[in-house]
Amino acid sequence: MHLRPIATLAALLLLGAASSAQAADKPSDPQIAHIAYTAGVIDIDAAKQAIKKSKNKTVVAFAKDMLRDHEAVNKQALDLVKKLNVTPEDNATSQALTKAAADESKKLSGLKGKAFDKEYIANEVAYHKQVNGALETLLIPSASNAELKSLLETGLKIFQGHQQHAEHVAAEIK
Amino acid sequence: MRMWKPLFAAAVLTLLSGAGAAAAATIEITIDKMAFAPVEIDAKVGDTVRWINKDAFVHTATVTGAWEVMLPQNKSGSMVMKTSGSVEYYCRFHPNMKGRIRVSP
Repeated sequence: MHLRPIATLAALLLLGAASSAQAADKPSDPQIAHIAYTAGVIDIDAAKQAIKKSKNKTVVAFAKDMLRDHEAVNKQALDLVKKLNVTPEDNATSQALTKAAADESKKLSGLKGKAFDKEYIANEVAYHKQVNGALETLLIPSASNAELKSLLETGLKIFQGHQQHAEHVAAEIK
Repeated sequence: MRMWKPLFAAAVLTLLSGAGAAAAATIEITIDKMAFAPVEIDAKVGDTVRWINKDAFVHTATVTGAWEVMLPQNKSGSMVMKTSGSVEYYCRFHPNMKGRIRVSP
């Protein structure tokens, strides 16, 4: 249960450590765009898995909310990179996030019923918390384009909302 | 039949006089970038509160156990204030979005 958050955190710290060691190592806008988009895709995939597997109405409704919001954010992100003529650039953080997500998805596929619901929601709380931490301390401060920074700031508010929403659901399905 | 004309005249006069003291107002709240603005409003019983959602995300204005207005992206929704008092509402999808309405009699 704690494996995936730790792996994700490690991935984010990797970039964070690099950035604090040397200012020049902070992620570039194309890398930030890639990380933010990847983080969204991960949560969309997790939501699709939950919609398919869960029998709990509250959990399925939550997953549908995640799907809808993250698709909307990623659409805005794609529109923005197109407008700015930026090509998102793959990087170690995106890859580590994707790897951790694949591990979590595999773990979830082995669970069912209440065990699945609890793990999905617990991971949603942990995942949003970590992405929010990365947005606040690394991605937003590193973004140089004002529009990208603004979209990340809106994203942070949405994800903070998701974290609280997930915490409410976690309390409900206890 | 005889009642028609006076009634009509009264209706016209009411309209012309700005509907008098009982006129209900519509108070608008804008949602932009995950926030209600203004975050606090004052209203009177009978007033309509209208939320205009400028975000690309679905929001709600929800008072737990009382009422909820669903606010699809780039749409608006409204609610008539029926009871006096101060209520805190929030977005059920993003509980970090909060607002307050003070309704006076």
